[in-house]
Amino acid sequence: MTPDYSHSYLSVAVLSILDVLFILGVLGFSRLIQRRHAYPEKLTPYECGVPPIGDARIPFAVRYYIFALLFLIFEVEAVFLFPWAMTFDSLGTGGFVAMMIFIGVLLFGLIYAWGRGALEWV
Amino acid sequence: MDIAAVAESMFRIILAFIVLLSVVMVSAVIFPFAMRRLWGFMGDRLGPNRVGPQGLFQPLADGLKLFVKEDITPLQADRLLFLAAPALALFTPTLMQVVIPFTENYTIADLNIGLIYVVAVGTFGVTGLLLGGWASNNKYSLLGGLRSAAQMISYEIPLMITIVVVGLLAGSLSLNAVVDAQESIWFVAVQPLAFIVFIIAGIAELNRTPFDLPEAESELVSGYMTEYGGMRFAFFAALIEWSNATVWALVGATLFLGGWRGPFGGSGIYLALKVAFIVFVIIWFFSTFPRLQVDQLMSFCWKILIPFSLFNLVTTGLLLALLPEYALWGIAAVSWASVILFIGLFHRALKGILLKKRLRALKGF
Repeated sequence: MTPDYSHSYLSVAVLSILDVLFILGVLGFSRLIQRRHAYPEKLTPYECGVPPIGDARIPFAVRYYIFALLFLIFEVEAVFLFPWAMTFDSLGTGGFVAMMIFIGVLLFGLIYAWGRGALEWV
Repeated sequence: MDIAAVAESMFRIILAFIVLLSVVMVSAVIFPFAMRRLWGFMGDRLGPNRVGPQGLFQPLADGLKLFVKEDITPLQADRLLFLAAPALALFTPTLMQVVIPFTENYTIADLNIGLIYVVAVGTFGVTGLLLGGWASNNKYSLLGGLRSAAQMISYEIPLMITIVVVGLLAGSLSLNAVVDAQESIWFVAVQPLAFIVFIIAGIAELNRTPFDLPEAESELVSGYMTEYGGMRFAFFAALIEWSNATVWALVGATLFLGGWRGPFGGSGIYLALKVAFIVFVIIWFFSTFPRLQVDQLMSFCWKILIPFSLFNLVTTGLLLALLPEYALWGIAAVSWASVILFIGLFHRALKGILLKKRLRALKGF
């Protein structure tokens, strides 16, 4: 018997809606019963007890940028890996060799990035 | 569709929802308490033992206190995103359990792309933390959110590659098929390297010690949750952290430890025991290892975990292609050998770092 997948996805959708409603319900109920007494000092961003200087959203060098780029490449690789793993038996040797070349190219890219010092934290 | 069928599917969905929520709630109540007691035990202290017998009611007391506390929104925060972030982050672990086979006959939705679903929904969690960090308009929160994003996307890659390896072994992406493929032998015996990489990358995904830089209290106060209070803080600190841990443990138990399988027929109790074991390992890590530095964290992922997991994928594919009959034995041999290599390399690297530190201390730098 093949399971009915459309039904499964429908239940995932319904569950996610129920989940959101539940989370909002908990937060809303908590809001109803809590005592609220806010004043400006309480509502300033925490900065070790002194008034915050300037805005937090200022431009600064994000070292994570290069990692995010590398991540994107590997993420796309994974998108190709999943179908390859599923059809492994039917693809035969040709498919295997093709995927090895693909992984090899990516590995070369990683080694290149490593050699150029992209993985070093400055 | 007749009324009986509609009523039945509604009943199923409500039952599923209760299962999902109870896993989240129970894990958020039991595991923090277990962690504090175990942590106390490992540190030769007592841990919470005042509220109720052996301190058992401590998590309830904490939860109640946080529930009635005022939760404030800072003046300069982005109100909508600030509100949405914890909800978004809690959404992920709840929905990830949908594809887990809890017992032989009970899976909420047996999707044919279960493994991709786990990875995809799991990645979604990072948005909640990043948004929470950004929306607070606090410097510590922003840095914590960025750190957690960088760390989670980096460790996502080895995690994903090990999941592909499991899919390769099982020949299917459905988690039920993965459990069925482990009828004779659990994948942890065939692929110990993948299991180790999964545990390490999973702990990094969860932002737990030794990878808890996003909320490193000595430098970032509390990271992305600095500005949160009351119930929304409880969401971040207890519900999200621990339900994520439980869900990753569920995935790990399903992929590597045979899911609901065990001696004397399978049942959900075995799955619960395996989850408890993996969570225990996470807590054990917590009290054993010191926190890494940011550069060590990134280079450990990109220079050790990713090459090792790619190597694992390539050898698994190679053995499956060359020796289909003896593939399991070959994969097990290669994997166990590389575990020894992995531990050896790790040990040497660690020794090198410690030696350098001692030399530097001797020179008086």
